[in-house]
Order: sequence, then C-alpha cells, then structure tokens
Amino acid sequence: MAVEKPKSFQEIILRLQAYWAARGCAVMQPYDMEVGAGTFHPATTLRALGSKSWAAAYVQPSRRPTDGRYGENPNRLQHYYQYQVLIKPSPPDLQALYLGSLEAIGIDMEMHDIRFVEDDWESPTLGAWGLGWEVWCDGMEVSQFTYFQQVGGHDCTPVSGELTYGLERLAMYVLGIDHVMEMPYNDPQAPIALSYGDVFRQTEEEYSRWNFDVANTEMLLKHFEEAEAECEAILAQAHDDPKTGKRIVMAHPAYDQCIKASHIFNLLDARGVISVTERQAYIGRVRALAKQCADAFVQTEAGGYAPSAA
Amino acid sequence: MPDLLIELFSEEIPARMQKRAGEDLKKLVTDGLVEAGLTYASAGAFATPRRLALSVEGLLARSPDLREERKGPKVGAPDQAIEGFCRGAGVARDALQVRDDKKGQVYFAVIDRPGRPAAEIVAEVLEKTIRTFPWPKSMRWGAGSLRWVRPLHSILCILSDEAGAETVPLEVDGITAGNMTKGHRFMAPAAFSVSSFDDYRAKLRRAFVLLDPEERANHIWTDATNAAFAQGLELVEDAGLLAEVAGLVEWPVVLMGEIGADFLDLPPEVLQTSMKEHQKFFSVKNPKTGRIERFVTVANRETADNGATVLAGNQKVLAARLSDAKFFWENDLRIAKGDKMAPWVAQLENVTFHAKLGSQAARIARIAALSGEIAPMVGADAALAVEAAKVAKADLSSEMVYEFPELQGLMGRYYADAAGLPAEVAAACQEHYSPLGPSDDVPSAPVSVTVALADKLDTLTGFWAIDEKPTGSKDPYALRRAALGVIRLVLGNGVRVNIASQLQSDFHLHLSGVRYDVKETFVSNEEWWPGDFDEPELKRGAVEKQDFIVFTNSVESIVFNFDGLSDRFISKRQEVIEGRKADPHYDDYDQYNELVDEIRLRANSIWSPEAKTQNHIQAASLSLATDLLAFFHDRLKVHLRDEGVRHDVIDACLAMPGNDDLVLLVKRAEALTAFLGTEDGTNLLQGFKRANNILTQAEEKDSVEYSFGAEPKLAEDASETALFAALDAEAPQIAAAMKAEDFAAAMSALARLRAPIDAFFEAVQVNSDNAVIRRNRLNLLSRIRTLCLGVADLTKIEG
Repeated sequence: MAVEKPKSFQEIILRLQAYWAARGCAVMQPYDMEVGAGTFHPATTLRALGSKSWAAAYVQPSRRPTDGRYGENPNRLQHYYQYQVLIKPSPPDLQALYLGSLEAIGIDMEMHDIRFVEDDWESPTLGAWGLGWEVWCDGMEVSQFTYFQQVGGHDCTPVSGELTYGLERLAMYVLGIDHVMEMPYNDPQAPIALSYGDVFRQTEEEYSRWNFDVANTEMLLKHFEEAEAECEAILAQAHDDPKTGKRIVMAHPAYDQCIKASHIFNLLDARGVISVTERQAYIGRVRALAKQCADAFVQTEAGGYAPSAA
Repeated sequence: MPDLLIELFSEEIPARMQKRAGEDLKKLVTDGLVEAGLTYASAGAFATPRRLALSVEGLLARSPDLREERKGPKVGAPDQAIEGFCRGAGVARDALQVRDDKKGQVYFAVIDRPGRPAAEIVAEVLEKTIRTFPWPKSMRWGAGSLRWVRPLHSILCILSDEAGAETVPLEVDGITAGNMTKGHRFMAPAAFSVSSFDDYRAKLRRAFVLLDPEERANHIWTDATNAAFAQGLELVEDAGLLAEVAGLVEWPVVLMGEIGADFLDLPPEVLQTSMKEHQKFFSVKNPKTGRIERFVTVANRETADNGATVLAGNQKVLAARLSDAKFFWENDLRIAKGDKMAPWVAQLENVTFHAKLGSQAARIARIAALSGEIAPMVGADAALAVEAAKVAKADLSSEMVYEFPELQGLMGRYYADAAGLPAEVAAACQEHYSPLGPSDDVPSAPVSVTVALADKLDTLTGFWAIDEKPTGSKDPYALRRAALGVIRLVLGNGVRVNIASQLQSDFHLHLSGVRYDVKETFVSNEEWWPGDFDEPELKRGAVEKQDFIVFTNSVESIVFNFDGLSDRFISKRQEVIEGRKADPHYDDYDQYNELVDEIRLRANSIWSPEAKTQNHIQAASLSLATDLLAFFHDRLKVHLRDEGVRHDVIDACLAMPGNDDLVLLVKRAEALTAFLGTEDGTNLLQGFKRANNILTQAEEKDSVEYSFGAEPKLAEDASETALFAALDAEAPQIAAAMKAEDFAAAMSALARLRAPIDAFFEAVQVNSDNAVIRRNRLNLLSRIRTLCLGVADLTKIEG
C-alpha cells in the first residue's frame, strides 16, 4: 500500500503534477512575474472571483527578499517554490484529495501523524481572507489549506478551496534532508547529479546581497509609483475598445502592475527604507490596487460577467 | 420516554472553540425543546476535533396538549368585531362559546393546541440551531450558502427508546440527517450506524475516538505524568495547553522525547514558550536541576512502530525551532553585552507606540522623566530609576521578544543582567509591567515600583489626552487595568503622592509634545491641503488625513475650540470627492478652499509660540487631570468595595481634601470603618446628625451661617457647660491626631464627645425663646459639626 519513496526534489514536484492532473486539475505553468507567494498567480487571485468553476494546479517560484540568508540557513531562502492548487467550488472530499497527494509523494499515513490545526489565512495586500488550517505532519507544517471567503474585497461565491505546499520544506522532510542546499534536485543516481545547492546556492548569495544592500531604493520607489499609476490608468479606460469595437476590460494587465507594486514593496521592505507607519500605508496602496483589479475582473467573461445581464 | 442523540460531523473544528460550541449546542437545543413544550431529564454535550455531540435523556415523546381560552366581544357586538376575533383566535364562528360575564353575555373562544411528536419539534429546533449557531468565526464552502465553522459533512439525529431508534427526518442545505457516523480519520474511517448514546459512545471508542474532552485530557495528563515520573522527571503543568491539545486529537497517544543537548542552556522560559507556542509540546523538568530536559507531544494515532517515526519527526522540527531560538538568544546576548542594549533603545525610535502618541522611544523618554520625578516619593534612587526606565522596554527590539512577545520583560531582565546593569535595573525590566491583573503580585523593590508607576501613569495620561477613554465594556488599551495597577502599587507600597498635581504635570508633558507634532504636520505640510488635486492622490492621503483630523479634533476639543470645523471639512471633502466621481469637470472648490484657509488660519494663530498657548495647555491639563482623577476614584471604589469597605464610607472620605493621596484616603476609610463598627461610633454619628440637622434647618431659616462665637458664659445648663469643656478638651487632641494622620486617635477623641453631646440634647432645648441663648447654642453645635467634618464627611454616611 505504501508508495515508493521519491528520490529527489523534482520527483516530488512531478508526482504532485501527475496526481493533481489525474484529479482533473489544469496543470498550469508558473506566472512569469516576481511574486511573494503562489496565491498571487492570477490563476488563484482572479479565478477565485466570480461564479465560474475552476480547477488549477501549478508550481510558483516565490520571492521573499527579507528571508534571504546568503544560502547559509538550512531552512530559509529568498527564492523558493510553492505548489498551489485551487478548485472552485471546493469539492466535498477536498481533505481526502489532499491526503491522497501526501501519499502520492511517499508519506505513509499509517506511520505518520497528520493533523489539521486552525490557521486563518489573511492577505492584507490582496484584501483576501479565508478559514482553514495549517496541516501538520509529525508536528511540522507541510501545507496551508484554506477555504477562500473573500478576495479583493469581494465575497467568494462559490467558495474556492486552496492548497499551498511549501515545496522545499515538504521535500526535505520526505527525503530526510537537514540542509536545503544538500537536497538532491534530480535523481542522485543520474549521470550528472545536482543538489539544490548546485542550482541555487550562488543565486541565493547574489540576491541576498542585492536585496539587502544594493537595490536602488530611489529607482524602486519610482517604479512603485509608476506601477500604481499604470494600474489605475489601465483600469480607468472605457470598457469598450474604440479600435476593435469590442468590450475589453483589461483586468489582467492591470493586475500585473499590482503584482509588480507588491513585489517592489517587498524589496523596499528588505532594504529597510520603509518605516513601520509607512508600511501600513504601502500595504493599503497595494490592497487598493488589488481591489480595483478584482472589481475589473468580475466585469470580464472569465469573472462571470454576462452581457445580457448588463 | 425517548432519548435524543445529535452529532454534527464536520472538518476539523479549531481547538479553542470546541468547549464553547458544545455548551452552545446544549443550550440552544434544550432551550428550543423546552420552549416547544418538550421537557427532559438531563443533557450532556461533547466535542472532538471533528464532531459536536449532544445527548438528551428522558425527553417527552410528545409535547403536551394545550387548551387556551380567550375572552371575546359581547354577544350582540358588531359582526365585524366578532369576525375579527375569530380570525385572531383561529376558530370558526359557530365554535364560539357564550358565557355569562359580569356585564352580560360574552363570546369565548376555546383554542386547542394538540401536542406534537418529539421528532417534529427536534427537527425544527435542530435546523434553527444549525442555521443560527454562534461560532466566533464561520465560513461558507463549495457552492452552498450554509455557514459552519468548517464544512459540515453529516448530521446524526436519532430518538431512541426500549423499542429501538428512529432517525429524525431533517434536511439542512442538502445534508440529510441519519443514524450514521464515522470513527477516527485514519484508524477507523468506515461509517457505522448507532442506535443510542451508549451505543454511539462505545462504538466510537472501538473506532479510536474518545468522545469526552475531559476523558482525553485526563488520559493525556495521566500518561504524560507517568512517563515523566518513570524517568525521575516532572511534567510542567499547563491547563490551557492541556485543553488545547485535547481538542486537537480524537485518540491521544503520549510520546516523550529529548531536547538536544545544544539547547539545554537556553533560559527555561524560552524553551517552554517555544515548545508550547510552535509545537504545542509540554515541558518536562528535571526537579534536581530545575532545567527543562524533555518534551511531551501528543499524537492523534497509534502506529506500528509505537510512534517512533512520529517522535523522530517531532524531534527534528523542534531542533529546527530551537536552533532559531538559540540564534536569537546568542545574537541578543551579543548586543546586550556589547553596548548595554543601546542599539535596541535607538531602534525604538522607529517603532510606533500609538499613531497619536508617537514612537516607543518618545514614550520611554516620558517614562524616564516621570520616573525621575516619582522616585523620591517612592524612596527610590532617582538616577537608578531613570536608568531603569530607559532600558526597561529595550527588549522589545530583541529578536527573542519579536518572536515571542509574551517573553517581554523577562528577556529584558536576562539581557540587563548580561549587560552588567545593576540588579535593581534588571529587576525593573521585568517587574515594571506588574501588576497585570487583580491577582498579580505587586512589586516592592523601589526602582521597580517607580518605573511601574511611571509606565502606567504615562499610558493613562497619554490616552486621556487623545480622548481614548474606556467606554462601557470597551477598553482596548486596558486603561482600567493600568489605573488599578497604579492604585495597588501606591497602596501596596504606601507611596505618598498627590495624584492630581502629578497627573497635571504629566498631561502638560503630553500636550506640549502633541502640540509640536501637530504644528509640524499641519501647518508646514502644504501638500496635504492642495487647492486642486487629482483623485488618486487624494485617496492615498485619505487614510492619513482622516486619522490626522480625528487626532487634531481630540486635541482641539480639549485645548482649543474648533467649533466642529474639522467635521465640516471632512464632510465637505467627501462631497468634493463624490462630485468629482460623478462629473469629470467638477470645479466647485470654493467652499472647500474656504474651509482649508480657515483651518490654516486658525492653526497658525493657535500654534504661534505665545504664552497664550501655554495657558491653554495649563487649563487643559487641569481639566484632564480632574477627569482622570475621577476615573481613579471610580476604580478605587471598586477596589475598596471588593475589600469590603462600605460605599458610603468611601464617599465620606472622598469628600475630604487631599483625596488624591490614595494612601491617606484609604487610611481614613479604614479608621472610619472601624469607628462606625463601635457603639460609640454609631451613637456619635447620631449625635452629629442631630446637631447638623438642627443647625442646617436654623441656617436655612435664618439665612446665616452659625460658625463662630459660642460663649461658655452664656451656658445655662450644666450639660451645656460640660459640652463646652469637653469640646475644649478634645479639640486640640483631635487637631494633633489629624496632623499626625492618626485617624483612629482622632476618632476616639470624637467618641469621647458622645456622652456630653447626648447629655446636652437630653437636657437642653436648642431653639430657645431667648434669641441670644439660641444663637449661642447653634454656634456651639457648629463646633461639633466642624470637628466632625474635619475628620470625615459624616453627612455622607447612611443610617
């Protein structure tokens, strides 16, 4: 009954992809922008809105500049991977589906202690919240499990079920590795065996230095303002495109700017140039953008907008 | 009589909510049943992570038949009235009865309400309970609209008696009630049916679920203490953690593990907090060394390897957590030892204490200044107290306190010790937060007492100055607790301080600082008041502006009168924003600009550094101090009442001068309480009241105050002469005792006046026909009144 143990980081990812694909999820690719967490991917943030059904799974590279430790800390990285699943409406057997995914990556339910521990999720930058748990395996948090209640200030109807796996941490546990850099990235028996450190140690160093000490804060501040202004300018456009004569609400391009502003804020935070009081104001500005993008998305077809109802 | 069993089976219910949810389920269902006429013998509620269960025993099988009689209109009343009555009562006209009444014949309606079967009532009550359940936080899921704490999966609802069990027909949002449930998620996931509560409980146990939270807690506690005892160790008690852990498992399995040797040197509080907060582990102490050497974790299942894998995993997670804690501890120690915590203090300049009260650093500067002032009154070394105040909150910048806020103060003490600061200073770091609650110990070390008082006084005056007082049940800044803290510190240590003047000077400090800040932002920052503006910019600033206006408003309402100018500005601005939204060419800014100009004008005039402003602040400080003193008196009344002091005694003492010296106030109250407990005391009180009544009536009638010039030579009666002599003898004694604040002596001297006063009233008619004699006697009574009122305001005493 027990599944064979995976041998590498990438094998865990591949098994998750195969597992969720077999459960009917559209396996998507990472979003091509810098984000702080898988939730920012429009496949989650925007698709959680509106009435249309949705099921997606994907890996999302995530950046948290303040967590950089020059590749030295066994558990902390400024760039890491999240695995994200979003299903709308949340199916009644989502817990069982989730537990199945743990079995698929080699966690034997008969030998381990799996627990659902209360953890309410809130994203002040996205104006989103939900109720759920952090899932513990033998006392270690291996996933976040959330029923989205609100995104961008909109009630979620139907409700999406969201699963987020911290891939490095989960893989280290399954593979029995103590330092992330020592984790096999591909098969250790492969002709060219690569560790996580072979792939990412150097970049962790480079980005840690840039994040903390070099990033040009004046330029970043300017970029923040620009992204904010562009986001609002995009959303201020009339819904009807004068050139094509079609109704084109540009929710996604606007949301890209929102993501950009959010990441720039994280960089500025890592550079230590944002005071505690300013912090709240910046978060509020990003939230305002996210909210406007959500407002725009529900005016699109994917967001459930029906022309006849207009 | 049937029994009722209900189980609401859901995804994992947060541990902290389970107990209350069980109680709510019991109350809502049983109240609903009783209201519908179904009484019962007993009821019990249970909760596990996945289920709420309720067992009701000895329920009526049917609600009783009820018959109601309703009196209607007189016979012969208009048809309309009779028809209306029939409709209201729900009976046909020919079913009405005619009865004789005092005033003639009257219609009566007899309404029969037949009882209903229990199942029908239970179904109604349970559906309503589910739909209106008071979860602290609830959610929707899937495409449904039902709210529950987490997705609700099934409802079990059966009525059972000797004959068997019947399922109560009920459906809530697509969930049909049945007689099925499931066991442990992993150890016995199959569904099974149940036929009664006993059957349910027994089958659950076989399916690895202990239904009763208390049983789970007892099981955990017993196993954990035994495991520790077997190793010569002891479990650190933690009732809150035990309850929480019992709410995280259906089948508790206790596992004990070791803490790596690397971590045993961390302060025990750090180990305990880290293990509890992050991992929900119990600490296991070695009684010989006092060190925490092991942990206990509670798994939710048995495994083939007796928990070896589970324990190894937990141990690994703990090692990672404690590596973090160790890293924080070592980094913190380096900073503490290096520059005596100075970098931490500096960092607090960037930490906001409260948007309207400035940074933590500003707050600490105020507390330090205040500590210097208070130290002499407490008998503390002023220099040490100021030093202590400056570092007392430094640990807020430490990594350890950032990670574990509940260790604030305690870590400060460790770090101050490591920095080589005086022991008094280190102790104050920890103790200045005390007393936290009514049962918390009051510090007694003078330096700690000084900083504790300064901290609380600064908090109280600060929030008072920005008009954030507690209202009703709302006290977000725990100001009642702070005031009680001051009271207990002052009384517990016999600190003599005139709080009113102290408060006034504290307020002066606050308002002067505030004024400066406001001026800086309000007058100099032109861009906040653009005559023309674009909307995004306005939105961006809106939060700050709103906040700011409220802020200035509160200061203004105290210091200056802005005549609601700020309110008018806010509403006008809103109008402009909406106007712009509606019309891109909106340009009606005239009134808006006028308001801006007016505000700017006033601000400039008010905040000119003139003596006038100082006077305003002086006046405001006085009025705030008076208000806050009243708050202290309210808290003191509550405190003394809890200690058994009568409210009228408190009032009698509060009415005396020096009532802001709490030690004096309580001394007086205690003496008065003792005095009124004696026979002399109660009799003297009667004598005083009689004298005071006669005097007051005479004064009202004559429109004069009798207060001076009683002449012994005008005494006619021996008792009158004796009273003069007694007053002459006791007055100096009383004065001396009062000067020495020996209220007991003063009151026994008063008590010695009782016999002469009684004798005087016995023998003499005060309101004599002879006006000279009368006036002399009234003046004599006035001497009694003055003497008594000098000790306490006895007019306030009841009885």
